[in-house]
Amino acid sequence: MSMKVATRQVDGVMVLDLSGRITLGEGSVTLRDAIHDVMAKGSKKILLNLGNISYIDSSGIGELVSAFTSVKNAGGDLKLLNLTKKVHDLLQITKLYTVFDIWDSETSAISAFK
Amino acid sequence: MLEPIQRSGFFLKKKPPSTHAPTARELRFCSQGTRLHDSTTSRVSLTLPSSLESVDTIEHTAQGFAARAGFDEDTVPNIAMAVREAAVNAILHGNSYNPAKQVTASFEANSDALVVRIADQGTGFDPGNIPDPLAPENILRGSGRGIFLIRAFMDEVHFRQLHPGTELTLIKHRTPAQPAA
Repeated sequence: MSMKVATRQVDGVMVLDLSGRITLGEGSVTLRDAIHDVMAKGSKKILLNLGNISYIDSSGIGELVSAFTSVKNAGGDLKLLNLTKKVHDLLQITKLYTVFDIWDSETSAISAFK
Repeated sequence: MLEPIQRSGFFLKKKPPSTHAPTARELRFCSQGTRLHDSTTSRVSLTLPSSLESVDTIEHTAQGFAARAGFDEDTVPNIAMAVREAAVNAILHGNSYNPAKQVTASFEANSDALVVRIADQGTGFDPGNIPDPLAPENILRGSGRGIFLIRAFMDEVHFRQLHPGTELTLIKHRTPAQPAA
């Protein structure tokens, strides 16, 4: 299953609802393009909802990191929402859990951008 | 030497155990890609082109093979991920997607462990020269975590230089919760 992205705006924050697999190839490219698109439209507050991400590999992890640094370098902020256990564990062992700002509640995550 | 058989667009090569001639029973189980009893070994070997589709094929084969070998539902995805990362390394970094180069993946399960070997036909690399992805200067890099994840999920990882290419051997030992029978 390839990755799909749905975007919506909540209180000035661009929420990207991701589903499927973020892996080398299509999944990573889809995420990269989606981040590029919302940034090109002026969004600098981005919340990635990973609740329906079934699988992520090292390429996908790298793409999350690249998205994070791109948004930060543009003066914005990127947070993660609803990690599955698998993604949570991967971010733990790669020590990225403390790099990202991670939330379980969308309302709280949106508030944290302000 | 047994002849490879064409199956679903890729070669499923049956290999006899190195220590003795295969029995009829072993050959029957090998051809089905399923596990054998304690004293025997199940083996599957694939030779595939350097493509992303091959990465998926190797990953799915690893997942099914590990499950049939009796590894639990938490361990099987980790094995599959480690094998996927090894396949990505072989095809992307080793063979550089060169259509003239192939990747081989062999899977072996015995009473002690699952052993996976992934080999490419690239120029080789120095495993001692891989940057630590956990180091502060590397933590925000967009790549370089594949070998780290392989080592995190497998019990043993060995590198062997081929001529040309690199072979990674990934080993996952059975635990008491994953009996051989």
